Parts: sequence; C-alpha cells; structure tokens
Amino acid sequence: MTEFTPVASLIGGAMIGLSAVLLMAWEGRIAGISGIAGRLLPPYRDGAFLSRLGFVLGLVSAPLVVFAVSGTPISQTVSSNVPLMAAAGLIVGFGAVWGNGCTSGHGVCGLSRLSKRSFVATAIFMGVAIATVFVTRHVIGS
Amino acid sequence: MNFLVNLGLGLLFGVGLVVSGMSDPAKVLNFLDLAGTWDPSLAFVMGGAVIVAFFGYRAVFARGRPIATERFRVPEATEIDRRVVVGPAIFGFGWGLSGFCPGPALTALSLGATGTLAFVPTMFAGMWAARYLAGLGSAPGPEPAQG
Repeated sequence: MTEFTPVASLIGGAMIGLSAVLLMAWEGRIAGISGIAGRLLPPYRDGAFLSRLGFVLGLVSAPLVVFAVSGTPISQTVSSNVPLMAAAGLIVGFGAVWGNGCTSGHGVCGLSRLSKRSFVATAIFMGVAIATVFVTRHVIGS
Repeated sequence: MNFLVNLGLGLLFGVGLVVSGMSDPAKVLNFLDLAGTWDPSLAFVMGGAVIVAFFGYRAVFARGRPIATERFRVPEATEIDRRVVVGPAIFGFGWGLSGFCPGPALTALSLGATGTLAFVPTMFAGMWAARYLAGLGSAPGPEPAQG
C-alpha cells in the first residue's frame, strides 16, 4: 500500500508542468527526459549538449535539495532484484527512445500540445504498463 | 548560461517528481495496479502537469519565439507510424516491470538504491541502441525534438 496523496501529487505535477513551460520559453525545446538523456549520447547534431547535461544534473540533485530543505529523508521502495531492474532499464531506455518519448515527452508535453501521436503513445504505454503489473502481481505473483 | 538555466529547470522538474511521489517506484506500481492496491495519486501528477503545460505553452507560443534561441523546436510529425506504437509498447512493459520511467530513475539515482543503480546504466544502453538502430538507413538531419 502507498498513501493516496492528491495534494502533494498535484503540486509536484504542477512543478513538472512549470519546468516544461519554462524550458519551452527559454530554449524552445520539449521537456522530454528520454530525449534529453538520450541525446547526452552521440551522435551530437545540435549545440545543446550543455543544456541537456545541466537539466539531467538538476534532476539527479533534486532529492538532495529536497532533503536539505525539508530535513526529512526521502522514502522509496525500489526492487533490489538486480537482473530484473537491469533488464527493465534496457527495455525502458530502448522503448522510450524508439517511440520518441516517455511519460514526460508524450505524457506531459505531447498531451498539452494536443499531439495525436502523443495521445496514441500515452494510451499504449499506460495500457501495456497496467497489463504488465496485472500479470506480474495477480497472475504470476502470489 | 544555458547550462545554469537548465540546471534550475531540471531541479524544478526533479523536485516535482519527488514531491509528487512519482520518483517512488512503489507508488507508480500501485497506480498501475488497478486490480490490487490502487493508488490514484499519479493521475493528479499527470493532471497537474498537463493543466499547467497546456495553458503555459499557449502563453509561450503566443510570444512567437523562445528567449535564448531562434525558434521553437517542437515535433511536427502527425502520422501514426509503427515506431510510435511499438516504442511505447516496449517502454510500457519495462515501466510496468520496474515502476521506473526515465525521469524518476535519474532523480532516484542520488538515493543510491541497488535497483536504481542496476536500472540507469542499462537504460542508457537501451537509449543508445535505439538511437543507433534509428540512425541506420536514414539520412542524417535534424532529429524530431520530441522526447
């Protein structure tokens, strides 16, 4: 069980949306994490490497900043099944880049721009993820 | 300057992920578990983000151009091709297995959980593989900006 947190989730979501809006206002780019992180790898086709590096470093340092400000340790439950997580990482990285976007690029930025492709992509990854959890938890799992 | 602005924006995005609970895979998996311990919180994350971005993007696009660059680089493709079906299906499978998508996985990195440390390097390997395969047989040119 995890606690239902509508207010914190809405506020956090609004911060994500604001970040996406400000990135568009500043550099004219989509705040899609798979696009930003994937383009830290070669080939480099534009001059935005330092921008992307900055964005990813900001993401990575976020929990440290939250902890420093709030003083409360951040609780997380991550599977420690190393083969499973390593395989999932490969699948997520490949699929997100192959489909030109993940939860942020399609799910937030694409839906906000009313992109038809992003509506299709979001429906598919949500549907497949829900089906995967159903199978792993209720069919295979105890 | 671009580096610092992006550092701040990445930080804002990451703090949003932490505050919203989306950086916790357990919360994501419970959101996806409609038939079990369903936690609808993440619908509020998506809702909050999309509402702000929907109105914010309109205001930004109305300005005509970005502050630091010449033009907006938004994806212009509208065709539903095979990649935009197959890619999200593969991604959704991995997301359902782990509870991690790319943003939360990177944000969780500094917390140092074993599963996160196993996930992030292979995620970059998968991204590299997709970029490599996508580049084969297509002329080099400006990439779609989506992501």
